[in-house]
Amino acid sequence: MIQLNQVTYQYPQHQPVFQGFDWRVQRGEAWAVLGPSGCGKSTLLYLLAGLRFPQSGQVIIGGEFLSKPRPNTGLILQDYGLLPWATVSENASLGLRLRLFYGPDGRHAPAGQQVQDAEAQANHWLDRLGLTEVKDKYPGQISGGQRQRTAIARTLATDPDLLLMDEPFASLDAPTRQSLGRLVRSLRQEAGLTTIIVTHAIEEAARLGERILVLNQPPNRSPQIVENPGAAVEGYSESAQYLSLCTRLRGLLEPAQ
Amino acid sequence: MNARKVLLAALGIGVAWQLLAWLLDTNILPGPLLVLQTFTAEIGADLGGHFLASLWRVLASMLLSVALAAPAGLILGQSRRLNDFFSPVIYLLYPIPKVVLVPVVLLFLGITDLSKIVIIFLILFFQILVLVRDQAAAIRPELIYSVRSLGAGRRGLFRFVYLPASLPAILTALRQSIGTAVAVLYIVELTATQKGLGYYIYFNGSTLFDYPKMYAGVLAMSLLGLGMYYAVDVLHRQISPWQFSERE
Repeated sequence: MIQLNQVTYQYPQHQPVFQGFDWRVQRGEAWAVLGPSGCGKSTLLYLLAGLRFPQSGQVIIGGEFLSKPRPNTGLILQDYGLLPWATVSENASLGLRLRLFYGPDGRHAPAGQQVQDAEAQANHWLDRLGLTEVKDKYPGQISGGQRQRTAIARTLATDPDLLLMDEPFASLDAPTRQSLGRLVRSLRQEAGLTTIIVTHAIEEAARLGERILVLNQPPNRSPQIVENPGAAVEGYSESAQYLSLCTRLRGLLEPAQ
Repeated sequence: MNARKVLLAALGIGVAWQLLAWLLDTNILPGPLLVLQTFTAEIGADLGGHFLASLWRVLASMLLSVALAAPAGLILGQSRRLNDFFSPVIYLLYPIPKVVLVPVVLLFLGITDLSKIVIIFLILFFQILVLVRDQAAAIRPELIYSVRSLGAGRRGLFRFVYLPASLPAILTALRQSIGTAVAVLYIVELTATQKGLGYYIYFNGSTLFDYPKMYAGVLAMSLLGLGMYYAVDVLHRQISPWQFSERE
């Protein structure tokens, strides 16, 4: 599904975040990318989203070189990126309205897929995520958890095969965080989504990532991967296995200089 | 704003005016009732025509300034390079009190309606340009990234992000500058025209010494400003309900 071949990325006047970095992601996998701030995990997500491009090396997704955002990749950022002037329902249908706006041109929207009824398709997800009651409210009027679910609904309405999330639960309280985590897991399992969640929280990486990519202070040269198949199982976060994994991850994160 | 409170305030001002008129007891300050009477009699006759002339000038300059300044502001707000190039120019021109350009514009455009419209246009143009530009530039990159990841290119961003984000800025700019626009309208109508409220007020006050009529003109000009302000406010609420919605 995803191949990073010898990727080098560098911000001006900084040392490279990635240098000759290789990474493979198979279809349907649930990844967590864990690392301290400044390690380049958000950069990695932007590279995968087609919003930044490596100075050298290639990013290949679904067999194609990435040269712009890919219509079937869904991106959910920490602050959810909702339009403050649009209602929950209008926000949720934004991706579909953009597809209607451009038509199925294969650049901005997947070729050969005509959106029939943007509102109905978005409503389906609003209903599914329990947002029907707030669908006429504005983002400023709803809770953080509802905003996050709106962002998820907006992304899922476009029927992605790859879901990229940057610190998606960072500003939510623990119960909301856990229920959204369960939601993402069940959505992934039923739709065969590939998910990549970027986080600085060890517990979150351990709960949500069946495979965990650990990044450290740049430059990152080779991927450090921790297998965590238990994350697919309900109730895993109460197990001893989970706790020992968290300890192990903590050891892998170098203290920042 | 609560309509009842506004009416009450209007009544209060009227009472204060009446008291002052009684106290001073001079023909240069007629009471509000006499002025109101003159106003209703005149608005159907002479005053109405002057009012329309003034209204046309303000409306035309508002439309012209929105039509030119809003797209320019959007473009500058989106493009750092263009903004870097133009912002020193704007920095120099923005604070110039445009009213001092009245004689210059009159020299170039003559005593036409156009010269008056252009002067008010100049005031509104910079106000809208700067507010829309800053609004468009202030859109957080995360929002742009999110919308781009949903497939938006330049056109899509313009239609779904920049345009709706700047509508409130246009209306805020209009609302903030209506007071100045009407004030300058008065000044440009003092000279070189025989139509408009400015002329009406000046002519009745200093040539005919008909003070009730002069005050009727002042009242009409106040109503013009108030009406514009109110119209923009209502439009703002219609177009950007999210800025007025209560958090629950």
